[in-house]
Amino acid sequence: MNLVLMVWRQENARTVGHMQRIEAKDISPDMSFLEMLDVVNQRLTVAGQSPITFDHDCREGICGSCGVVINGVPHGPQPGTTTCQLHMRHFRDGQVVVIEPFRARAFPVIRDLMIDRSAFDRVIAAGGFITSPTGSAPDGNAMLVSKGAADAAMDAAACIGCGACVAACPNASAMLFVGAKVSHLGLLPQGRPERWSRVHAMVAAMDAEGFGGCTNYLECTAVCPKNVSPDFIGRLNRDLIGAVFLARPRVASTEAG
Amino acid sequence: MFGLIPFFRSTIGKKVLMAVSGVLLFAFCVEHVTGALLFLKGPGAINGYGRLLHYSAALIWFFRAGLIVAAVVHVTFATLLYFQELAARPVGYRNRRYLRASYAARTMKYSGPFLLAFVIFHLAHLTWGYNVVPGPFIAGDIYANMLNGFRTGWVALVYVGAVSLLGLHLLHGTHSMFESLGLRHRRVESLLFGFARVAALAISVGLALAPAAVFLRMIGG
Ligand code: HEM
Ligand code: FES
Repeated sequence: MNLVLMVWRQENARTVGHMQRIEAKDISPDMSFLEMLDVVNQRLTVAGQSPITFDHDCREGICGSCGVVINGVPHGPQPGTTTCQLHMRHFRDGQVVVIEPFRARAFPVIRDLMIDRSAFDRVIAAGGFITSPTGSAPDGNAMLVSKGAADAAMDAAACIGCGACVAACPNASAMLFVGAKVSHLGLLPQGRPERWSRVHAMVAAMDAEGFGGCTNYLECTAVCPKNVSPDFIGRLNRDLIGAVFLARPRVASTEAG
Repeated sequence: MFGLIPFFRSTIGKKVLMAVSGVLLFAFCVEHVTGALLFLKGPGAINGYGRLLHYSAALIWFFRAGLIVAAVVHVTFATLLYFQELAARPVGYRNRRYLRASYAARTMKYSGPFLLAFVIFHLAHLTWGYNVVPGPFIAGDIYANMLNGFRTGWVALVYVGAVSLLGLHLLHGTHSMFESLGLRHRRVESLLFGFARVAALAISVGLALAPAAVFLRMIGG
């Protein structure tokens, strides 16, 4: 198949970018989107032009490194799929494909389609550690986790931190990401002791990075490659309200369960 | 740890304030529908209702103060969040497609300011008695003032248009306030959404009946 790419090209964080029209001929429908870009880059390099810079690592939808906005939708037209797992058969022959980087003040463009997502790392780091005994293996069944909590924590932990939620949100809000991270530890007994301090610290870090607020557009959940539920945003709000109005002013280290 | 001030400075805290003030404004709307429906019963009913409201100066100013505070908080934090959101994406997309965002959600920032403008017009018309509509203003005769106003075509249309916008604002707002207060959960999701729809529709239709009835000459000839 033949495609016409309209790609965002930007030298570095300080320069102004522009859209570049690139013809992508003889693309196999079985290629992934990133393989298509590899082929285009190979040709650009041979022709003496600079290849399109984009982020990627595992290419199997688990690391969260990849991600571009394809025809106005982060990670492209296939729901619940990362850019690396998106295949060219979801495009039509002759289609114009507009490719832009994830856009947010907190995610500055490094070059072309590659963005700096260390804002997410700082939010994670702000969440801190869990209290966990090291040394001998824990006794089986010493710490009971209900089926409901285990399932919900697992759903939250599915977040790979790709940033598509921020990219899709008209407010560039990171609430789905932060909600998932706060919930996945807060739901489990191992993460309960720091539940209140964690939500404080992560929300403070989120705000410091300059993300917007949630106004319930639900665009984040529509593009999330892991289908993380907006329930976790509700849970984030609930946890922060709980932390401010219910948490007792003591070191919460005995607050297990 | 967050104190109260840092909490209300945080993105989530600001939204909580908008939701709490939104609940108060919502409750006022429900009460206001009752008042507006009394117009349909006739002059005795609505003027009597007006006298009841004014029974005690202390009481009415207690409620007015609450509403003024709620409105100021609601608009102030909406504005602050709006600028935070503008700043959060300095470079926009060339190509943008919405997948789930509803029309009501995307127009909150327009329906809100229009409502503010309407509220001021509405107070000027029926509370302060300024000359914003043709015809005389009679202090204390709510029925006559409403009838007089709505007899002018454009005034009735402004009222119907504004309460339709209110319905749109409440359609998203009522649902949004549950989420801002942390009440979102898939088990109650359809319930909350259903409540938002019914409430928004009931409030806007309830408020539109009086101006529409006069406009269509079903009341007052
Ligand atoms: C007068 C000017 C007004 C402005 C500028 C305004 C603006 C806004 C904005 C920007 C939001 C956030 C929307 C979102 O979450 O996506 C909002 C939410 C809301 N508004 Fe208003 N609004 C106004 C008046 C009203 C009135 C008169 C009512 C009720 C009668 C109302 C009820 C609500 C409610 C219940 C919410 C949901 C609160 C939340 O987000 O949790 N608003 N408003
Ligand atoms: S490259 Fe790892 S998720 Fe796409």
